Amino acid sequence: MKPDNVSIAFFAIFMTLTMGITWWAARKTSTTDQFYVAGRSLTAGQNGFALAGDYMSAASFLGIAGLVSTSGFDGLIYSTGWLVGWPIVLFLIAEPLRNLGRYTFADVVAARLDPMPVRIAAASGTLATIAFYLIAQMVGAGSLVHLLFGIQYEIAIVVVGVVMMAYVLFGGMLATTWVQIVKAVLLLGGAAALAFLVLSRFSFDPRELFAAAAEKYGDGVLAPGKLISNPLDAISLGLALMFGTAGLPHILMRFYTVPDAKAARKSVFVATGLIGLFYLMTFILGFGAMVLVTPDAIKAIDSGGNMAAPMLAELLGGRPFLGFIAAVAFATILAVVAGLALSGAAAISHDVWASVVRKGEPKPGEELKVARMSTIALAVVAIALGIAFKGQNVAFMVGLAFAIAASGNFPALVLSVFWSRTSTAGAAASMVIGTLSTLILIWLSPAVQIDLLHHSSALFPLRNPALVSIPLSFATGFVVSLIKPDVRSQDRYRAIATRMLLGTD
Amino acid sequence: MNINSPTGSPDLLSDRDPSEDRRALVASTRELASRRSRVAAILTAAMVVVYFGFILTVAYNPGLLATQIQRGLTLGIALGAIVILIAWLLTYVYVSWANRVYDPALAVLRERWREAHVADSIASATSSIATSATSKSEERPS
Repeated sequence: MKPDNVSIAFFAIFMTLTMGITWWAARKTSTTDQFYVAGRSLTAGQNGFALAGDYMSAASFLGIAGLVSTSGFDGLIYSTGWLVGWPIVLFLIAEPLRNLGRYTFADVVAARLDPMPVRIAAASGTLATIAFYLIAQMVGAGSLVHLLFGIQYEIAIVVVGVVMMAYVLFGGMLATTWVQIVKAVLLLGGAAALAFLVLSRFSFDPRELFAAAAEKYGDGVLAPGKLISNPLDAISLGLALMFGTAGLPHILMRFYTVPDAKAARKSVFVATGLIGLFYLMTFILGFGAMVLVTPDAIKAIDSGGNMAAPMLAELLGGRPFLGFIAAVAFATILAVVAGLALSGAAAISHDVWASVVRKGEPKPGEELKVARMSTIALAVVAIALGIAFKGQNVAFMVGLAFAIAASGNFPALVLSVFWSRTSTAGAAASMVIGTLSTLILIWLSPAVQIDLLHHSSALFPLRNPALVSIPLSFATGFVVSLIKPDVRSQDRYRAIATRMLLGTD
Repeated sequence: MNINSPTGSPDLLSDRDPSEDRRALVASTRELASRRSRVAAILTAAMVVVYFGFILTVAYNPGLLATQIQRGLTLGIALGAIVILIAWLLTYVYVSWANRVYDPALAVLRERWREAHVADSIASATSSIATSATSKSEERPS
């Protein structure tokens, strides 16, 4: 697992390619529309690949492969959970979102409500989600680059932060999109090649592979085991994974990059196909690493199991293949953090600056300037957080980000789109209570109280708060809307109901 | 093939009272919206039932999932893969419904709205106000 010239060569090729893309995109990025949403000019296929590239993070590639390789079946709960949110996005969110909004999901919630309180609440939910997602990705990136290339952790974090900033600052959504497309192709290609090499050892029959795992480590590895100790925890995690996807700001933003709702729909279809394929391959990669590399060897390199896939690559394809997979893992992280930074910049400049501070009438060119300054600020914050949270458990941070997205953003989005009586106070309260209750319950959970602070017990029994915080957020939205109705926004709902269907042309 | 225009052919506009046409148009728009919502709700429910069926089995009956269907293939692994396949299937069902049914109906509605807007602008040139709360140009996001 020592860095070598092959890894560095692949890394250099990827950097050259993406910087070339950024240079090309920069010349096409001069308006707000181009910066945020690539001028809404992408095709459904391009956006489908970019969605997949935006979504499949290092946590899913390295994390699931590692989890399956060390604890067997239990890791597959993540593989399925991270996919089943996509049909929900398709059925409930993609088309109304495209027809009602311009840049952010707050546009949709604010479409018929009083914009100020709603946008402030939505921007807070967005930034909270992004902060935890960024921490997870940055900490993951730091340890990965450190392990793969032998660079010091802090320097690795700075490199990731600066490269991400360069993509977004100069190339906006167009550069981010193409980095994500390149990454999606590399990741799917790399995973497929790896899965092919694994299966070639088992006469191309996955059952042979599973049987070999069971023979070596007992039948238990093929069935639910220790990882999910409490049934309610499993349900809560499932809820967060399923509904979190539909509340991730960087994913929702991508639906504005296509010309119309039909293209938005098609792009989710493409993305669901690609992401499902990828998660099916994680079954093979995980059990392949378990049988061929062995859990002990994997844990010896990294106790979290994150190096299972790269180690499997080295075993099956030698140093060049390891170098390729290492570069793919790095590309994976960069593509995700770029998407996160862009949606964070949009929340700050579009939702807070242009819509609240300037009351919807920013000076010409001002919003774009603020968006670019926010990008720089977010890169600095991401680097600082990455260094501050060194050594923290990455999976827990990702779980937290999904829980906030599922409880803070998703209920308000659904209520404002599908329920005519949703009021300004109701939507804002749902977002605030959803986000706050998630943060508080996580703080009181065993993950923080026992694992992090080493207390003997935790006030709240579940590791993931979604089972409580999602219903609480919906209930808050309902009750507050009924107590504090908003007649004007009910009238306006009729107008948006039509536009939700027909679009603005 | 005009399967989804509940009020019949779009050219009724010419020989009817304009306000009646508008009401009919609003009604068919709502009808299509609630149709889409129904399809979306059914498919969402199907996905939720399938996934939580799987998760609840993991949570409350893990022993069942350890059953070996074939050598090496447990019920748990098979069902995990089937959940992914069903997610694919449901997205395919929605997209194909949208292509066959929803998009053509939407195209018809769009055309009727366009005609209604032309009628509106003629009316507003002659009389004073002829707008409706359902006019799609009324609300734009700030």
